[in-house]
Amino acid sequence: MNQAATPKAPGPLLQFENVSKKFADVIAVGPTDCAIAAGSLVALVGASGSGKSTLLKMINRLGDPDGGRVLFEGADVRDAPPAALRRRMGYVFQGVGLFPHMTVAENIAIGPRLAGGKASAARIAELLALVELEPEYAQRMPHELSGGQRQRIGVARALAGNPHLLLMDESFGALDPVTRDGLGKRVRALHDQLGLTTIIVTHDMAEALLLADRVLVMDGGQIVADETPQSLLVGAGGEIVQALVAVPREQARALAQLGAAE
Amino acid sequence: MNEILTILAGLGDKLSAHVLLAAAALALGIVVALPVAVWASRSPPVSKIALGLASLVQTIPALALLALFFPILLSLRAVFGQGLPTLGFLPALLALALYALLPILRNTVTAREQMAGGVLEAADGVGMTKWQKLRLVEAPLAAPYIMAGIRTAAVWTIGAATLSTTIGQPSLGDPIFAGLQTQNWALVLAGCIASAALAMIADALLGLIERGFAERKGWMVWGGIMLAVAGIAAAGLAQRPADDKTIVIGAKNFSEQYILARLIGQRLENAGYSVEYRDGLGSAVVHEALTSNAIDIAIDYTGTLWTNQLGRADNPGRAAMYDELVRWERETSGTLVMGRLGFENAYALAMREDRAAQLGIETMEDLARQAPRLTIGGDVEFFERPEWIKVRDAYGLNFARQRNFTSTFMYDALTGGEADVISAYTSDGRVAADRLRVIEDSKGAFPSYDALVLIAPLAAQDQALVEALNPLVGAISVEIMREANFAVDRLEDKRSPAQAARALAAKIAGKSAAGPAPNSGLH
Repeated sequence: MNQAATPKAPGPLLQFENVSKKFADVIAVGPTDCAIAAGSLVALVGASGSGKSTLLKMINRLGDPDGGRVLFEGADVRDAPPAALRRRMGYVFQGVGLFPHMTVAENIAIGPRLAGGKASAARIAELLALVELEPEYAQRMPHELSGGQRQRIGVARALAGNPHLLLMDESFGALDPVTRDGLGKRVRALHDQLGLTTIIVTHDMAEALLLADRVLVMDGGQIVADETPQSLLVGAGGEIVQALVAVPREQARALAQLGAAE
Repeated sequence: MNEILTILAGLGDKLSAHVLLAAAALALGIVVALPVAVWASRSPPVSKIALGLASLVQTIPALALLALFFPILLSLRAVFGQGLPTLGFLPALLALALYALLPILRNTVTAREQMAGGVLEAADGVGMTKWQKLRLVEAPLAAPYIMAGIRTAAVWTIGAATLSTTIGQPSLGDPIFAGLQTQNWALVLAGCIASAALAMIADALLGLIERGFAERKGWMVWGGIMLAVAGIAAAGLAQRPADDKTIVIGAKNFSEQYILARLIGQRLENAGYSVEYRDGLGSAVVHEALTSNAIDIAIDYTGTLWTNQLGRADNPGRAAMYDELVRWERETSGTLVMGRLGFENAYALAMREDRAAQLGIETMEDLARQAPRLTIGGDVEFFERPEWIKVRDAYGLNFARQRNFTSTFMYDALTGGEADVISAYTSDGRVAADRLRVIEDSKGAFPSYDALVLIAPLAAQDQALVEALNPLVGAISVEIMREANFAVDRLEDKRSPAQAARALAAKIAGKSAAGPAPNSGLH
């Protein structure tokens, strides 16, 4: 934690080495290798059941691989107790899971509290500001908030411990398109501002193309494409991947025509 | 109404005993159920087994569950030694705690199912250890559900605790059982009102705590807890410290036993002893309680002991049976059979006089011929007793229907026509009062049932005690016993067992001093 995340770290921040996982007899993730550099914003894209969430959860040990290993900052994630490991990573998921019996401030401060510390009111206000919420929200209860506001608190909670790595599992899946767009842009801005390494799991190719530096496309438990958004848009990655890219592209084209016809 | 208020005012002892018993059982239930529930919520097989067992316990009638702990504790004496109590507080506590498990267990497991999955995933995701997750997330979110379970358990426990009377634990069931037996409805109502009020108060307090948890209002939680603790503490202070020298007199669940227990108790009080009563004990419980010194004195009957304790089916005659019993009790447990009181309370079959005349029934042989058209009513244990089987087989009795009543309602069933024949008791005042015909047992198939005073092995060493009771031996004729029983059992101008006992004592004294007693005021 103390060694600063220098842009030119000796190795990748995160590395999957030959990881695989089965549920009963079904292969969720086939033997996979992948390295993720510090400072990148990576989107893991794929249909339901493609293995993208399973791969993500290997990182914070919500589901250990059957084979292979995951290295975080050079060490096997299984070397440390899961609770300690998870406090070094921010995790935001679709369900948000704000603790309904705690105020917004208590929710945000839970990570520092578990680590034996305390988050000051100023720190809470700062974290609320990061997700564009007024300091007054600190004393609200989760059930008083809208879905988008809850998800913002979820992001603030994930950032409270100054993590180097932010993991987002379909975090915006349940939000309306306008809220979703705004929150996506906010996360991208926070990523740049705080120098994070971010992995976003999503089934929405448009979101991935617009937010990420690097897009990993998963299908049947394998990474079938590993490209920049730009190269995906000019046809890289193969047939399955291009079918996914085609959807937002067709929509954009149709919308542009509609606008021109008016 | 005034009568009920007077009785309620006198129930303080029973109430405090009831509160302490229910609170202890609930506390034990919580202490056992919560860790099991936490385990069950992490392991589906454990959940299945724990909930299954708790549900199974719930299907056992509370009365039977309480009674079952008597033999269980008796057998555990092999492990824990003779000091282990088999009657009273301990078995009642264990049975009621077992009963309280299910609602707490079920609600706690349900609470976990009710928790949004995201919350538990978030708890893991933010880096909580298992213990932190339990303390910071699962426990506070489950608390309202757990409290609701505890509330249900409390109401059940307070209700079921009335049944602990049957195993010798004082409770608000004492007036209920005594009242049911003697058809003293004021007594029954007073017991029910007190127990219902207690349940409602407990429910309201626990409801306050539950609301406090749900709405996260600390003052409600603590206020409720403080009031509950204050109530339990008050009950604890109200309990008189147990006096080692107190003589405990056991009584089975019918009027004659209540009266004789009071007769003995009053004599002992006059001799300077302090006395306690354990009324409404099950017939099987009384003898074990006596021989194990859980109670000091009991009245039993030769025929009952002969068949139930010695397991004998033969009938050697009245005197031989008595001598054998005295020897057997002395040799097996050291229990003293002090002597016969002088009357018999035998089982006999009885019919309404008019009905018997109409069917031409005088002897058991006559009855056997008409039996296939008749309904027989018996007290709750009669048809299981070896005596009945013996009589049935001796005369080839084959009734059309067989029905069970409590001994009180049996007579009403006969006069009301729900039964044609009943298993009456020969010392019962209602046999004469209801103009019943006792069917002649020409073959002597029913054994004799001389009433006996039995004294527990330890109490039997107290010479003064034995001497205080000695004048009762041979002093009670079946006529004066019937009269006393009827004074308690009749519907008009009822006497309490204690009043009937005093009248009986006066008769005994009058008879031994100056011949026939003057009008005792019983009629």
